[in-house]
Amino acid sequence: MANITRDEIVHIAKLAMLNLTEQEIDNYTKDMQEILAYAEMINKIDTSATDETIGATEQKNKFRKDEVMEFKTREDLLQNAPSQDEGMFQIPKVIN
Amino acid sequence: MELYELTVHELIDQLEKGETTSEEITKSYFDRIKEKDGQVKAYVSTMEEQAMAKAKQIDSDRKAGKKLSKFAGIPIGIKDNMCITGIRTTCSSKMLENFVAPYDATVIEKLNAENMIYLGKMNMDEFAMGSSTENSAFFPTHNPWDLSRVPGGSSGGSAAAVASDMAPWTLGSDTGGSIRQPASLCGVVGLKPTYGMVSRFGLVAFASSLDQIGPITKDVTDSALLLNLIAGYDKRDTTSVDVEKRDYTKALVNDVKGMKIGVPKEYLGEGTSAEVKEAMFKVIKKYQELGATVEECSLDIGQYASAVYYILACAEASSNLGRFDGIRYGYRTENYENLKDIYKNSRSEGFGAEVKRRIILGTYVLSSGYYDAYYKKAQKVRTIIKKAYSELFEKYDLLLTPVSPTTAFKMSEKLSDPLQMYLADICTVPVNIGGLPGMSVPCDVDSEGLPIGFQLIAKPFAEETIFRAAYTYEQNTNFRGEHKPTFK
Repeated sequence: MANITRDEIVHIAKLAMLNLTEQEIDNYTKDMQEILAYAEMINKIDTSATDETIGATEQKNKFRKDEVMEFKTREDLLQNAPSQDEGMFQIPKVIN
Repeated sequence: MELYELTVHELIDQLEKGETTSEEITKSYFDRIKEKDGQVKAYVSTMEEQAMAKAKQIDSDRKAGKKLSKFAGIPIGIKDNMCITGIRTTCSSKMLENFVAPYDATVIEKLNAENMIYLGKMNMDEFAMGSSTENSAFFPTHNPWDLSRVPGGSSGGSAAAVASDMAPWTLGSDTGGSIRQPASLCGVVGLKPTYGMVSRFGLVAFASSLDQIGPITKDVTDSALLLNLIAGYDKRDTTSVDVEKRDYTKALVNDVKGMKIGVPKEYLGEGTSAEVKEAMFKVIKKYQELGATVEECSLDIGQYASAVYYILACAEASSNLGRFDGIRYGYRTENYENLKDIYKNSRSEGFGAEVKRRIILGTYVLSSGYYDAYYKKAQKVRTIIKKAYSELFEKYDLLLTPVSPTTAFKMSEKLSDPLQMYLADICTVPVNIGGLPGMSVPCDVDSEGLPIGFQLIAKPFAEETIFRAAYTYEQNTNFRGEHKPTFK
C-alpha cells in the first residue's frame, strides 16, 4: 500500500489546498514513498482486540456553563485581517 | 561572575538580598544578546524597550516596599508560538510573519501575574515541525557549543539562548521531543510535563493530542520553579487536567535510595552512538552508587512509536493548519482572482517545504481509503504503547533512556533526508505518544566537546519523581561547573 503515486500526490495537494510545482510533486512523491514505507511497520502489530486512543489522557468530556464572555473589541480581532472593510473581513466576490 | 551566568534561583537570592536590581539583570541579558546573538541567532525578535521600562518600574515598586512576587523582574524568553498581547507571534513562518497576538496565552497570563519580564521571542522550526531549527522561515539557529552544528529543534532558539546565557530560562513546546532534544543537544535541562498539566490556550497548535508547553532551564531547581508557575487547570483548554496545585520544589530532595529505575534495552541498541551509550552507562552507575536500583527492561513496542507519531502528528497538523486561509489573519497572496485562489496561493506561498510535507502526509493518512490503514491503525498502536508504559510503571518509578541517539549534528546534514531527520526524535516521541512527563538532564560531553543528555520518564503526573532523581544526579555531579559552550 505504500506505493503512493504522483497522481495521488496531485490529488492530495488539491484536497489540502496547496499548489505544487512539478519539482515539488516529484520530491514529495519520493518522500511519501519513503516515509510511508517506514510507517508500514505498524501493520506487523496485531490490533484486532485493541481500541483506538481517543485522547492523550483518560479524561472524559469536560463540561462548562455556556456563558457569554467579551473577547476584546472588534478592532482588536480585525487587526490582523489582510483586508477589511467597515468592521468585516473582506474577500473577493464568491457568487457571480 | 556575570549576572547572566546565574540560574534564576541565584538571581532571586541576589534580588532578595538587594545585591542587584531587575534593571541590572535585564540589561546584562540584552548586552549579552547584542554580543552573542549575531552568532547564535536564537531570537526572532527582542523586546528591549518594554523590558527595560518594566524592569525600572519593578525596581521602584520594590524599593517603595510594594509587595511583589519573588519572580517580579526576572526575565524570560518565550518560544515564538505562544501569544503575548501586542507582540508578533510568527511560529517562524512567513504565514504569521506579521501576526500580532490580540490576546495572551494562559502561560503568559500566569507569568504576567508574577510580573516577569519578556526578553523576546525564540526561533523555532516553522510551526514547531523539525528537529534542528533549520526549518525556520527566517534563519537557522546555531548551537553555541559548535556554531557549525544545529541546536536541535523545534525549540532550538529556546535551548540555545539558555545555553549561551542569553536568557536565564525560556519556555518551549514539545510535540515529539521539541523541548528535550534541543535541551540535550545544548547541554541544558528541558522538561516536557504530563499532557494536560499546562494549558495549551494561546499556543499555536501543531498536533493537539501531543503538544505540551514546558521549561528550558540551566538547572533542575529552576525547572521546578517554572513548572510551579505554568502548571494548572484552565477551562479554556478542555484537555487540561484538574490536578491539585503542587509545589514541585518540595521534590528537590537529594536522595534516590530505594528508587527503582528501568532502562529499556532497545534505546541502547545499534542506533545509538557509542559515546552516548557510554554516557548512559556512567549515569546508571552513578544512580546505583547513590542507592537506586537500576535494571534493564524492555519496551519492545517503542520501536513503532516514530511510525505512529508521524502518522498522528501529521494528521492532526493537516487539520490544525487548515485555518490558515489568508482571510482572517496571516499571510494573504497578492496573486488572486477568486476566493479559491486566495486559499491555495496564500497557503502555497506562506508555508515552507517541511510544513507542506507534513500537511500532505497528514491529508493522505486521513483521506478516504487510507484512514483505516494508517490513522485508525496508528491510534490503536498508540493504545498498545500506552499500555506497555503503564505495565513498566507498575514495576519502576522511572525509566532512563538517552534523549538523542547522537550529539548535535552538522547543519544541513539531515535537511535533504526527511526520514533521517524524523528519526532524530526516536527516543523522545514515545513519551508524547504516552502523554507522559519526560526530562532531559545534561550529563556529559563527547570527544568533540558536544553535550549529551539523559532522559527520565515517569508515569502521568509523577513529575515529582523526575525532579527528585534529576536533582539528586545534579547535586552529586558537576556538569555546569565542568563544561561550557565555547562558541567555536
